[in-house]
Amino acid sequence: MSEFRVRTMADMMAAGEQADILFWVGCAGSFDERAQKITKAVAKILHAAGLKFAILGTEESCTGDPAKRAGNEFLFQMLAMQNIATLQAYEVKKIVTACPHCFNTLKNEYPELGGNFEVLHHTTLINQLLQEGKISIQGGAFKGQRITYHDSCYLGRSNNIYEAPRDIILKLDAALVEMKRSKANGLCCGAGGAQMFKEAETGKKEVNIERADDMMESNANIVAAACPFCMTMLRDGVKHHNKEQDMEVKDIAELVANAIDL
Amino acid sequence: MQEEKNMLAQFLFLALSGVATYFFAKNLGKIRRNILLGRDVDLSDNKALRWKTMLKVAFGQTKMAARPVPFILHFIVYAGFILINIEVLEILIDGIFGTHRALSFLGSIYNMAIGFFEILAFGVLLACVVFLARRYVLKLARFQSPELKGFANQDAATILFVEIILMAALLKMNAADQILQAHGNEHYLKAGSFPISSWLIVPIFEGLNLSDATLILIERTAWWFHIIGIFIFMNYLPFSKHFHVILAFPNTYYSNLKAKGELNNMASVTQEVKLMLDPSATTPEGYQAPTSFGVKEVTDLTWKNLMDAYSCTECGRCTSSCPQNQTGKLLSPRKIMMDTRDRLEEVGKNIDANGGTFVPDNKNLHSYISEEELWACNTCNACVEACPININPMEIIVEMRRYKVMEESAAPSSINNMFSNMENNQAPWQFSPMDRANWTQDLNS
Repeated sequence: MSEFRVRTMADMMAAGEQADILFWVGCAGSFDERAQKITKAVAKILHAAGLKFAILGTEESCTGDPAKRAGNEFLFQMLAMQNIATLQAYEVKKIVTACPHCFNTLKNEYPELGGNFEVLHHTTLINQLLQEGKISIQGGAFKGQRITYHDSCYLGRSNNIYEAPRDIILKLDAALVEMKRSKANGLCCGAGGAQMFKEAETGKKEVNIERADDMMESNANIVAAACPFCMTMLRDGVKHHNKEQDMEVKDIAELVANAIDL
Repeated sequence: MQEEKNMLAQFLFLALSGVATYFFAKNLGKIRRNILLGRDVDLSDNKALRWKTMLKVAFGQTKMAARPVPFILHFIVYAGFILINIEVLEILIDGIFGTHRALSFLGSIYNMAIGFFEILAFGVLLACVVFLARRYVLKLARFQSPELKGFANQDAATILFVEIILMAALLKMNAADQILQAHGNEHYLKAGSFPISSWLIVPIFEGLNLSDATLILIERTAWWFHIIGIFIFMNYLPFSKHFHVILAFPNTYYSNLKAKGELNNMASVTQEVKLMLDPSATTPEGYQAPTSFGVKEVTDLTWKNLMDAYSCTECGRCTSSCPQNQTGKLLSPRKIMMDTRDRLEEVGKNIDANGGTFVPDNKNLHSYISEEELWACNTCNACVEACPININPMEIIVEMRRYKVMEESAAPSSINNMFSNMENNQAPWQFSPMDRANWTQDLNS
């Protein structure tokens, strides 16, 4: 793999170039150590596919999703309008993001505030790149593995994206096994709706532990995720069951990057 | 003498139908008035897709299919409800004109229909018995939630029980009728086919060796019982979760057609934020700063939210798919809908009692729904997905959070920390915005 440098929109503009697509990294992808690995995998895939992409770098800020879900519409709209101004200044047309929450907000909630962009989740884009042959998976890095896919609420129920991540897993030459609750019936990881940032209310169990039970039952050795927040919750669930030796949680992008040896 | 008796019966029937229709219309009007207490929202777009959604989801019951057993049972009751109403039409004609089986001139089609209705009626009866068993013998988890204690539970049992005796009356009536037909009684012309009552009830009557007079009495009593039962049922509907038999249709017509993940934009906030971000911006002519944000009272919800509340059948599919409820938290999306309806009813009664204006009663929707419930929601859309008639409890939760945050600054402290991080660091965590692209420094770690 040749070394490359991830460029910012500012770099590109200074060089008089225009990016084909903006990679919206998101807060988790930028700061969370585990999620940074997902970010890097996505960047490598975009580079390998020959896409001219850029990030906003320090000019990116939170889309406002958790504020909106927590009822702080002021804060949400302030962040959203600033982001829209930045995106418009760089004449961004197309965005890819590895975070379903950013994806949902950018795609569905920015248009009413004047931000109209073509927004893709990385699983959709990667699936397209595979179909178009811009990247291809050779060899069976995952042959004989049992992979289950955990639907992110903000991709699945919220935006009806169920198939792209599964299509990718099938191309990995692995066995795709479904958990008892999947697709439209999938159980939340417990992070959404700003729950990630607070303690759970009193109850019998944490939501991510309930979900981890489904994962254990599936007997998969890899749990594929497509959201950095699900990643945190599901990994905690695996830890809770002391199954870190038998079960890995990996983002779809990481699986693909691994399979094409990036 | 016989003629006088018939006239009296006809008169009684007309009077009863008049009274039943009057009260039904009056209570429908009240519900309509209550729903329209909600905030306006324009859902007049996309008519073709709306009709399609209604046909699919309400008529076709597609979302019920996710749980096959109740789907089949409910489908029988639903088909019975719609189709047996054709027979009720005949009962109305017979009642008004003093005829007997007025539609029997249709001949073999009529006979087939009556036979089919009998099978359906028996199906409905059996389905209702199974429904009762699921609730009170098998005690399915979703029927044991605390919000069902009291009236809700009683309501479910009442309806199932009434349906069982109404269907039994229909079969009993047919049984007496066919014996009278066989006896060649002049009023009971040969009509209909009776695939169920002929073996289920006729042998009992025959075994009892009942006289024609007794059979006529049984037949007439069952007939009156059935129609009076229907009138009572109709007038019970507006007070019951069973109002869904009517509202499921408009409620699915007005379904949210956007992506489920999209929360509505608060236009009132947009103007304020624009002013805040750009001090040189001017307000449009006639601009009035908003007076409040979010939902404090049921009347701050949209009429669609309120229609949702009246449409809810309390089936609990939402609650049983809610991640928080499944893990033992207080939040129950079904309770959100029931509380909304209860509070709306209370507001409506207050308005009625005070000559058309609402007199403050020191309560609001938050008196019914606690912060503990509101803050537990994952906004995962499982409840919205699960609802067979496209009710959206999540929207009510988010709107109520908006009130808590923007009017009362009453968010949990960790959420307030998140807000201030977002304000100061443009991220929900306390990281320096300048470190945002640090990951690019080493792509292979």
